[in-house]
Amino acid sequence: MPQQTPLYQQHLAAKAKMVDFAGWEMPVHYGSQLEEHHQVRRDAGMFDVSHMVVLDLAGPTVTDFLRHLLANDVARLNPTPGRALYSCMLNERGGVIDDLIIYFMNDNGYRMVVNAATRDKDLAWITQQAAAFEVSIRERDDLAMIAVQGPNARDKTAKALGEAMTPAMTLEPFFAVESAMMCGDELFVARTGYTGEDGFEIMLPAAQAGNAWKALLAADVAPIGLGARDTLRLEAGMNLYGQDMDEDTSPLEAGLTWSVAFEPAGRDFIGRAALDAQRETSPARKLVGLVLNGRGVLRAQQKVLTSAGEGETTSGSFSPTLGQAIALARVPADASGACEVEIRSKRLPARIVKYPFVRHGQPCIAL
Amino acid sequence: MSNTPSELKYTKSHEWVRIEGDGTATVGISDHAQALLGDMVFVELPELGSALEAGEECAVVESVKAASDVYAPLTGEVVAANELLEDAPETVNTDAYNDGWLFRIKLEDETELKELLDAEAYAELVAEEDH
Repeated sequence: MPQQTPLYQQHLAAKAKMVDFAGWEMPVHYGSQLEEHHQVRRDAGMFDVSHMVVLDLAGPTVTDFLRHLLANDVARLNPTPGRALYSCMLNERGGVIDDLIIYFMNDNGYRMVVNAATRDKDLAWITQQAAAFEVSIRERDDLAMIAVQGPNARDKTAKALGEAMTPAMTLEPFFAVESAMMCGDELFVARTGYTGEDGFEIMLPAAQAGNAWKALLAADVAPIGLGARDTLRLEAGMNLYGQDMDEDTSPLEAGLTWSVAFEPAGRDFIGRAALDAQRETSPARKLVGLVLNGRGVLRAQQKVLTSAGEGETTSGSFSPTLGQAIALARVPADASGACEVEIRSKRLPARIVKYPFVRHGQPCIAL
Repeated sequence: MSNTPSELKYTKSHEWVRIEGDGTATVGISDHAQALLGDMVFVELPELGSALEAGEECAVVESVKAASDVYAPLTGEVVAANELLEDAPETVNTDAYNDGWLFRIKLEDETELKELLDAEAYAELVAEEDH
């Protein structure tokens, strides 16, 4: 039996089409994926992301531990509570075990959000690595998480959740704040997301989630399913774990070099030796954006033919904002410009572009 | 609940067929199929004049979610394709049985018609799948 989030009844009430996603019964859409996509780009929408895994880490050597565990450097967060960082967690070969967001908390601990699909292996890996440190790991499955995204997301959330949101209204992007709701329950609000739009990710006790959802609905924030979540993140050029990178892909080949902190040189994070070696010879492949020139739809795992050799799409879809098919693709490092994509044994002209494709509602590429 | 007009014939792979009086048949995908696929963004139609065999993959409908093959319900030559869908693939969602038609076949063997499902049998099939 798949698990249900604290918002399950709300999805049924909103007539969601439910699907099994990583062992969770989740809404894929509430009628029209396209309309939901546009709703987030143009106004405000909310996602139930309670299936994601929230871990609170604490202990005297937690910073040392995380500087060893993660490819990005949590020392960059310290000493500013609430600051967030995107990072990969690598294996010794430099392959990506998972990608995650980590927040520095008021109590000098950290809060980490990892993918639902990788929960078991992440927990096993983190626990194993933590054995050498004085660290406690607490899974916060008592919390629900709602992401509210879109140009009007912040204003509508403030309207819906009232005074509890006041501390969050002055947050800079990629910062979070811990506060309390009227009832005294904990509330954690981060100005982060997975859509390329402004907005919040809100964590709150599971028992409060239904009321928050209803208040957001009343403020005209529309529920958005996993389908639109995928096209939104793809337009925003954000990787999806398991599709755009995995344990056999290094962040250098997944467009994530920016998230690896090679400085200070003395920081010995897991996977560092493998990445250093790759940097010396420069990686053979890179992740690029693709736009299909004509009609058609790009999908994951289509063959890409470039002047520098063959590659493969890792994520692909029709871009509702651009009205054209887009993809992320792993191609030879020297590839650029025009290419072809094989779709059902036909070769269709496409081109390699810099992504993101869309940010804050606006196209970032010339069509 | 999905809509299955009684004057049409259907296939197990969710195409509908309208027998025209002139030896041709018009083909589309059922309301149930369009609802499952969701927002249509691209339709690839068979070429005019191409010869199709019953059961052959001959068109593709793609929604934001997925690509799905369309199978020729009957053997024959493609005599028309719905060009409207090039610019307005969403017509398959909004009007699956009329303006959302895909292509028309000139029938080669009318005895194949008895292989098709009537509306009642198709509605039963859909009901079973929903379980």
